[in-house]
Amino acid sequence: MEPVATPFFFYLLSGMMLVGGILVITRKNPVHSAVALIITLLAQASLYLMLYAPFVAGVQIILYAGGIMVLFLFVIMLVSVDRAQRERQFNHQWVAGIIAATALGGLFIAVYTKGKDIFPEHALPMVENDNTQKIATMLYGQYMFAFEIASLLLLVAIIGAVVMAKKRI
Amino acid sequence: MESMLHITTLHYLVLGAALFLLGVIGVLTRRNVVIVLMSIELILNAVNLNLVAFSRMWGGLHGQVFAIFVITDAAAEAAVGLGILIAFFRNKETVNVDEVNLLKW
Repeated sequence: MEPVATPFFFYLLSGMMLVGGILVITRKNPVHSAVALIITLLAQASLYLMLYAPFVAGVQIILYAGGIMVLFLFVIMLVSVDRAQRERQFNHQWVAGIIAATALGGLFIAVYTKGKDIFPEHALPMVENDNTQKIATMLYGQYMFAFEIASLLLLVAIIGAVVMAKKRI
Repeated sequence: MESMLHITTLHYLVLGAALFLLGVIGVLTRRNVVIVLMSIELILNAVNLNLVAFSRMWGGLHGQVFAIFVITDAAAEAAVGLGILIAFFRNKETVNVDEVNLLKW
């Protein structure tokens, strides 16, 4: 099915993402930052749908907005944020921040203005009805080894998180 | 005007670059560790957006598979990072990243 009003939704969702991102890095209260990040993640999931990636969109909502953000909110609940809120929010590295952002932004602008002709005008048509099946076939076939390494990484992360968060082992 | 109304891969790349820059600014300038970790999530999401946009551009699914791997990494990173944060808070009673200075010369 051909998507309707693509430019309108693209600009709407990217505006939501950018506003959410700005709120994430400027809010005083970490809970507000987390809510703004959830808005960003949901808008990005919608962009994935526009890019014919329904499985990645579902994983984004379930894992990011559902799992990781709940983890963040739990930790915000565990550590007391009252004292942190009364302190200065930004450190003295804002000069380094501005320099790094300008350098990276200049790099991006240079690369994208120089290389914009190599991107094809019209994207290839993509069938979406067997997206999940194809991703599953690739994950368990071609990317089997990477898949196993990812599971090992998750095991290490579980053990590491438990060891570090526990008072005494 | 034509290029404004026709969404190409480049639009997604520019959006990803903007998000990446927001994340970098957040990591470099914020003092709250929780928000620094959230900024890292922003950076990883910018990468994911680029991967999926390239996957759309070339018509394959490798980019989407990579995006799933990046999401896995983000989950592992968040779990370990927040574990470290809890251990740090237990020792120092603060979430301020400037006070992580035990190894500072």
